[in-house]
Amino acid sequence: MSFAKNLVNGTNFDHTSLNALQKVTLRAVVMAFLFYGLVAIEGMIMRMVEVGHVPFNPLPEQFFHPEHFFSIMTVHPIVGIFGSTYQLVFGAFTFLVPYLTKKPLYSVKVANGSWLLITIGTALAWIAAFVWNYAPLYTLYWPLPADTHQFNVLGGIVFIIGIALIMVGTLLFIYNIYATIFARVGVHKNKTTKELLISGFGIDGFLNLINKLRGKKPYSKEPALALPVVAIFRGTVDTFLDALVILVAGILILVYLIFDASGHALDVTAIDALLYKNFFWWGLDLVADGLVLIYVAGSWYLLATLITGQKLFMENVARAALMLELLVSWMVWSHHLLGDQGQPEMMKLISGEMVTAFELLTQGLALFITLVTLWKARPLKMTMELKYLLGGLAGFGLAVPAAIIQADMGMNRVLHNTQWIIGAHVHIALIVGLYMTLYSAVYVLWPLVTNNTKLYSHKLANLHFWFHLIGGIGMGAFMGMAGLDGMLRRHLYVHGEFNPDMIFAAFFGSMLVIAWAAFLSNIIMSVGLKGLIGIFLPSKDKTQSYGIEDKIEPADDPAFAN
Amino acid sequence: MIFTSSLELLSFHWVAYSIYSVMILSVIAWFGYNLTRKNRKSVFRIPFYWYMAFLVAGGVGHHIFTYNTIPWVSQDIDRHNITPDAKYEFKIKGHKWIGLPKQVLIQCGETVEFDVHSEDLVYGFGLFRQDGSLVMQMQVNPGTDVNGILDSNEILWTFNHNGVFNLTSTEYSGPLQYTEDGKDLMLVKNFVNVVGCKDNNGGKQ
Repeated sequence: MSFAKNLVNGTNFDHTSLNALQKVTLRAVVMAFLFYGLVAIEGMIMRMVEVGHVPFNPLPEQFFHPEHFFSIMTVHPIVGIFGSTYQLVFGAFTFLVPYLTKKPLYSVKVANGSWLLITIGTALAWIAAFVWNYAPLYTLYWPLPADTHQFNVLGGIVFIIGIALIMVGTLLFIYNIYATIFARVGVHKNKTTKELLISGFGIDGFLNLINKLRGKKPYSKEPALALPVVAIFRGTVDTFLDALVILVAGILILVYLIFDASGHALDVTAIDALLYKNFFWWGLDLVADGLVLIYVAGSWYLLATLITGQKLFMENVARAALMLELLVSWMVWSHHLLGDQGQPEMMKLISGEMVTAFELLTQGLALFITLVTLWKARPLKMTMELKYLLGGLAGFGLAVPAAIIQADMGMNRVLHNTQWIIGAHVHIALIVGLYMTLYSAVYVLWPLVTNNTKLYSHKLANLHFWFHLIGGIGMGAFMGMAGLDGMLRRHLYVHGEFNPDMIFAAFFGSMLVIAWAAFLSNIIMSVGLKGLIGIFLPSKDKTQSYGIEDKIEPADDPAFAN
Repeated sequence: MIFTSSLELLSFHWVAYSIYSVMILSVIAWFGYNLTRKNRKSVFRIPFYWYMAFLVAGGVGHHIFTYNTIPWVSQDIDRHNITPDAKYEFKIKGHKWIGLPKQVLIQCGETVEFDVHSEDLVYGFGLFRQDGSLVMQMQVNPGTDVNGILDSNEILWTFNHNGVFNLTSTEYSGPLQYTEDGKDLMLVKNFVNVVGCKDNNGGKQ
């Protein structure tokens, strides 16, 4: 087939053969990868500003201006975390929960509402920064978001409405997931809500462990929910709490902005800045140290079992550990406040240091269980999904210890707010750890969601893998080194003060952009432009489930099977 | 082992984390390679409970290690019971330092308290060496107590090496901290001058 025909028609993708569940999944995934491209370009713009006014820097002068630079910095995590990561995860789980529970999705309409609201909300937040330069950063430290001496009121209102829409879309996803899990149909026809709750919280796994130690029969030989569904159930608790906190903070800011616009500005000192910081970080940290880690652990378990076709090693321990992870995630926010002298020392010590250190245990356990499951099934074929899974494991293997190191009262004094935090920890966790895990899931789910569409090019897929892996680790490493040299993360540097670190970071960052372009090209050439548009057209087949009669087969590089 | 300056700590951290990074990447690469090989026997077995014990020891041991080797940790926790050799108190409002001494002259080994108040936004207080590396920092939160007195953000620091350090805010407080061409308006050059140490190591506090 010629290049042009491939571009228009794809390989063998037929969007009319997709059912409603497959289409709504793909819609969220498509939006996720478009937003990923936007966030990669934004990241490169900021990196090039920090490279400074050096010869051959192609960046126009306007990007070096503080209001423009910090506008990009404000929307960069909003687009990256909510527009891209949330959508990709929500899309995958919207498909996986019905698939793994062998039940129909509660509502495709609600799922459509979810991705649409998150997309519109992300776009509004981006527009607020682009048009009005609204730039309080994602941290929204009080009272900066309500500072109308620095920011346009209308820009602030549009931004907060955007964030609120994202959170409402998130709540719709949560409702859909729980309504599906608790629906007493199919295999759960005879299960009670209590049984599903016990399984969802992993209490059955914990009781199985206790009974084993006491020499008794297992509490439950066949838990009501598969382990990956338990992880989704558990992680979604944090997603819910996080959405509530961000919504409440958004309403507070909105009230102040509306009163200011009406000429009756409220007193910003009525809100205690440190208390607000505690409240906001408690919620925001449920993303980083809650749902991400729990969802990732569940994804590793699912991928390991699908790739090997074998049961998970130490499944009961894994179930119980997910419960521990949930509790840990509620008590670790103080590690963001180790540099705040007003924060009580005991909270710094217990929440900021000691409980945070538990994440080394829970994530280390997930890593161990996944590796042993893979090892027991060797020899394995080095498929794309296995490669990406190993990349994801390596990413968290780097990023989690980096987090534990910085969540320390001694280290934090010299690392807080530096590029070390955002580079060696956050970007490696997200780009290498999380995204490579998600790419693994994409390759596993691809044949199921697209009805065995053949991917266009193995070479492009490999190019994507290596450029993403090397680019992600390289960029994070050089950002981290700049941080150790004193480079702050929320500061404007326009004279290349931290070169050559920033030049190397930009070089590796450009590899990430190339990787994204290779991946997107491969997807577009596989589904074709017609297919891409077709994904967004209504489906004729209204089925809200997938493969209820089918068994889960072990994957053998299924993306390239045809 | 005691780290007498943040530079020593950062250098140690750079080496330790680099070694760890190479190790973890090598282990995953080795693991991936052996996953594909037929009849590959395990070179060594990692007992589960020893692995978990290692993680617990790593997580807890890291904090015990830093508490015993980084002097500012215990000093920070106990700062309300320590009398400083000198105390400097000033404010920030509208991205401007108010009441800031032109230069703080510190004798070697002195423990100094900096107490910073913000009248509007969240700022940071950070001292930097001439090469841009960080000596220390804290967050500066706004707020008042019930009597309307501005909240304190105080830090104790003992200076063990000679050096001249710049001051700037380490927390983002809006674009008005900068001029249009990117100049940091909160940067105070040569704010701290430490003298009198015998081991003059070029300001590597």
